[in-house]
Amino acid sequence: MVWKDLLVERRSKETLNAVFFFGLLLLFLFQFALGPDRERLAGTLPGLLWLGFILSGLLGLGRTFVAERENDCWEGLLLTPGDKSAIYVGKLAGNLLLMLVVETILLILFSFFFNLDLAAVLPALAVVIALGTVAFAAVGTLFAAMTAHVRARELLFPVLLLPVEAPVLLATVKATEAVLLGESLGSVAHWLKLLAAADVVYVAVGVLTFDFVLEG
Amino acid sequence: MAPEALIRVAGLRKTFGNHRVLDGLDLDVRTGEAVAVLGANGAGKTTLLKVLATLVRPTRGTATVAGYDCARDAERVRGQVGLVGHSSYVYEDLTAAENLTFWATLAGLKLTQAARAAALAAVELDRAADERVRTFSAGMKRRLSLARFVLARPRVLLLDEPFTGLDQRAKKWLEEHLAAFKAGGGALLMTSHSFGRELAVADRIAILAGGAIALDTARGSLSADDIHRLYTLHAEEAS
Repeated sequence: MVWKDLLVERRSKETLNAVFFFGLLLLFLFQFALGPDRERLAGTLPGLLWLGFILSGLLGLGRTFVAERENDCWEGLLLTPGDKSAIYVGKLAGNLLLMLVVETILLILFSFFFNLDLAAVLPALAVVIALGTVAFAAVGTLFAAMTAHVRARELLFPVLLLPVEAPVLLATVKATEAVLLGESLGSVAHWLKLLAAADVVYVAVGVLTFDFVLEG
Repeated sequence: MAPEALIRVAGLRKTFGNHRVLDGLDLDVRTGEAVAVLGANGAGKTTLLKVLATLVRPTRGTATVAGYDCARDAERVRGQVGLVGHSSYVYEDLTAAENLTFWATLAGLKLTQAARAAALAAVELDRAADERVRTFSAGMKRRLSLARFVLARPRVLLLDEPFTGLDQRAKKWLEEHLAAFKAGGGALLMTSHSFGRELAVADRIAILAGGAIALDTARGSLSADDIHRLYTLHAEEAS
């Protein structure tokens, strides 16, 4: 599934291009709205960074099953004998890879746009971003499957996803804020534990329920 | 001893809201047999195939494939059937060969390059193996869809209007392919609303009208005109 999704994306480049340019546009808007005032920036940067990740992620995750809508491949997946949770894990892995690529690019652009030196905090920041992205992609992949055949899926998908992600967003923004201020990961251990727990729970729920979601 | 019934449908009812599509449908298809189910648009032909393919759950009655109940043992049934519907279940941005690799891997089949090449050759797509499906005609997509089942070797093939949209050459190829599948001991259930090539492959003709089988008869020496007369008579009676 991962191989197939990456191959389709490499050939069509639809999602990566759209998500990248959307993220870039967001950064331009943030830059124009906030200006160069570093004090004002310091308080809002973690939120802005995750806003960029989340909005770009919504765009990418919402397209998770676009290829399956063509020629009714969704039905083909359902008819294939075997463990359906493997499909979820494959889709999740593909989404994670895509999101991490986009987040890496956005992070580089972010440091360039807002004149930040992230080198010192990069390892700690990478841990927070990785933990937050897993939780976001795990629920996003499941909800993308749930809304794949709903007419108003573009509306329903973020409306369903964002409330469930609220604790994850809170933890990621708080942990990112502390890391950007130079604090160690130990000082945000409680947020990291929350993120790790969310990762485990969300992935487990996805694996266990995907069969029912696919069956409709 | 009579051959084993690979498909057995008894008292099948399927309702969508207040609309009763199938109502007390009985049908058996035995090993090495092909049955063509004829019916008007909306008669319930596709619903019958979807119940047998485990895509739709029956409201009442039973449907079994190779002894497995379509509602309770859906996963086992899926290992026994191949559905060729109106959709081809192929990814447009993958090549024919990549599509086969993907579906075979997902189904847990160990696919060698030789087996893949043979499957593509069997559906006469060997020359287009490395072309993206996006460039394929409808007939080529239908053949690629069938190539999956050349690999998976299901015991039962369910075909929804299989000859629709195919050119003469593709129709001839499909006819031969289905005859070979039947000769190999597989069971075929085809639906159609026309009186085309399905009839040449079929051993039995079943007319679906009013949600049930109004007539189930051996194809024998019935001509297309005879079948058309029987269809008109029974379909009108049922409605």
